[in-house]
Amino acid sequence: MSLEKEIHFRVNGNLTSVEVPVTMNALAMIRDRLKLTGTKRGCEEGECGSCTILVDGVSVNACLMFAVDCDGRDLTTIEGIRTAEGLSPLQKLFVEEWAVQCGFCTPGMVMQGTYLLSQNREMSVEDIKRGIEGNLCRCTGYKKVIAAIAGALHATPRRGEEKEDS
Amino acid sequence: MTIEQYAAPETLDELTRLLSGGNALIFAGGTDVMPQTRAGARQFQPYLINASRVAGLRGISREGARIRIGALTTVTDILESNLLSEHVPVLVEAADCFASGQVRNTATLGGNLCNASPAADLAIPLLLVDAELELSSNDNGAPSRRVVPISDFFVAPGKTVLKPTEILTRVIFDAPPSGFRARFIKFGTRPALDIAVVSVGVAGATANMVFAITRVAFGAAAPTPIRGKKTEELLEGRLLVDDTILAASSAAQKDVSPISDVRGSAWYRRELVRTLTERALHDVA
Ligand SMILES: Cc1cc2nc3c(=O)[nH]c(=O)nc-3n(C[C@H](O)[C@H](O)[C@H](O)COP(=O)(O)OP(=O)(O)OC[C@H]3O[C@@H](n4cnc5c(N)ncnc54)[C@H](O)[C@@H]3O)c2cc1C
Ligand code: FES
Ligand code: FES
Repeated sequence: MSLEKEIHFRVNGNLTSVEVPVTMNALAMIRDRLKLTGTKRGCEEGECGSCTILVDGVSVNACLMFAVDCDGRDLTTIEGIRTAEGLSPLQKLFVEEWAVQCGFCTPGMVMQGTYLLSQNREMSVEDIKRGIEGNLCRCTGYKKVIAAIAGALHATPRRGEEKEDS
Repeated sequence: MTIEQYAAPETLDELTRLLSGGNALIFAGGTDVMPQTRAGARQFQPYLINASRVAGLRGISREGARIRIGALTTVTDILESNLLSEHVPVLVEAADCFASGQVRNTATLGGNLCNASPAADLAIPLLLVDAELELSSNDNGAPSRRVVPISDFFVAPGKTVLKPTEILTRVIFDAPPSGFRARFIKFGTRPALDIAVVSVGVAGATANMVFAITRVAFGAAAPTPIRGKKTEELLEGRLLVDDTILAASSAAQKDVSPISDVRGSAWYRRELVRTLTERALHDVA
């Protein structure tokens, strides 16, 4: 039996404590212990991006991360992306653009898209393609995913450029 | 292997003390350790040490002519560094064709070098600038350090000169002189998420009005990332005209000793070494 360790962290805004085997990856902890099954288990080797989450605001593959390394950090999973008004602007665009086919890659795509948008940079279509190079879609729906991210980029005013309320 | 203790030390002193007994497996980003242990390709040790929280080991700085990069610096940090784009763009080029955004956000420079894959992308540009690696340990209660040139660091696939009690803390090199030009080419079957089938790096500087190559390095073409000494000798002080470039790309084939594996046969890798060396030399000529 593997050594277990109690860790404390925030997930989607809530303080959480769990005891995890020190060899476990963060993906197993999120899905099997926290029962947040929106984060998908694809390859478990860092190749497909379906397990993408944000750790302290930065996108990572949960399958490559030691669960114990979540201690003290701030995690966001797909369950934490919606806003008080409902789906996030990027999620709405995934719906409007029909960027979802079977949906398996979608949580990872939305998380990586959310991270790219949070970088607050102008992005060309090439930059967006580059940005989602670590996310595989087996239904080959990349065009619509790219359209959704591009749409959100122009829908969200970049920091420092917010429109003034007159 | 039963794990007896897990620790995530926050200071270098604490980390080196924990390591002083040996028997430890360290991880930083975990992007190599996690898949390797899951696949059974690597065994856990009685101590599992998370090095990622150690203060002061992440960041890129310049003091005088020396550039220092902390072992916990991520590939994304390298890719986004203005200091490195200005002084050693070839290191940024290597970071640019590394894995995917998510992996780059986690993978560290120290992990890339200490994992000692023959294909380690960041090793190639660092061989071109004669980087030195600072290794730290705890010697009977006192902090101890030694510096190893990167060309002496790698021993075999997955093996380096690091002792079980040591940790890589910093990578240090002189900012290349003005007139320094270098190129890194990684060959894979697709642009993203691909381990190099072969990679080639060349670097040179201008002396007496002549631009000549001073360093050549190869990845995934030998048991470790290597300098191409025969190619360097051939190119020393010579103008990069077509005949010289052709001769050098043949010499490059004598520097390497590739294996056949899923990514390519030894024959194919040798051909790639010649082609990529030629291409890289034309690019900087
Ligand atoms: C999907 C995927 C794609 C990848 N693509 C690439 C690629 O394109 N190019 C490439 O070169 N690599 C690639 N890799 C390999 C890996 O991401 C890199 O080698 C990475 O830099 C390792 O860093 P890490 O911090 O995650 O290392 P870890 O997994 O934490 O550690 C790796 C090794 O280094 C040791 N170690 C770590 N830090 C230190 C230290 N400071 N001192 C002493 N020992 C230390 C560990 O004990 C272990 O042996 C890829 C991996 C995956 C999963
Ligand atoms: S499950 Fe993590 S990248 Fe595929
Ligand atoms: S929608 Fe099916 S994998 Fe992307």
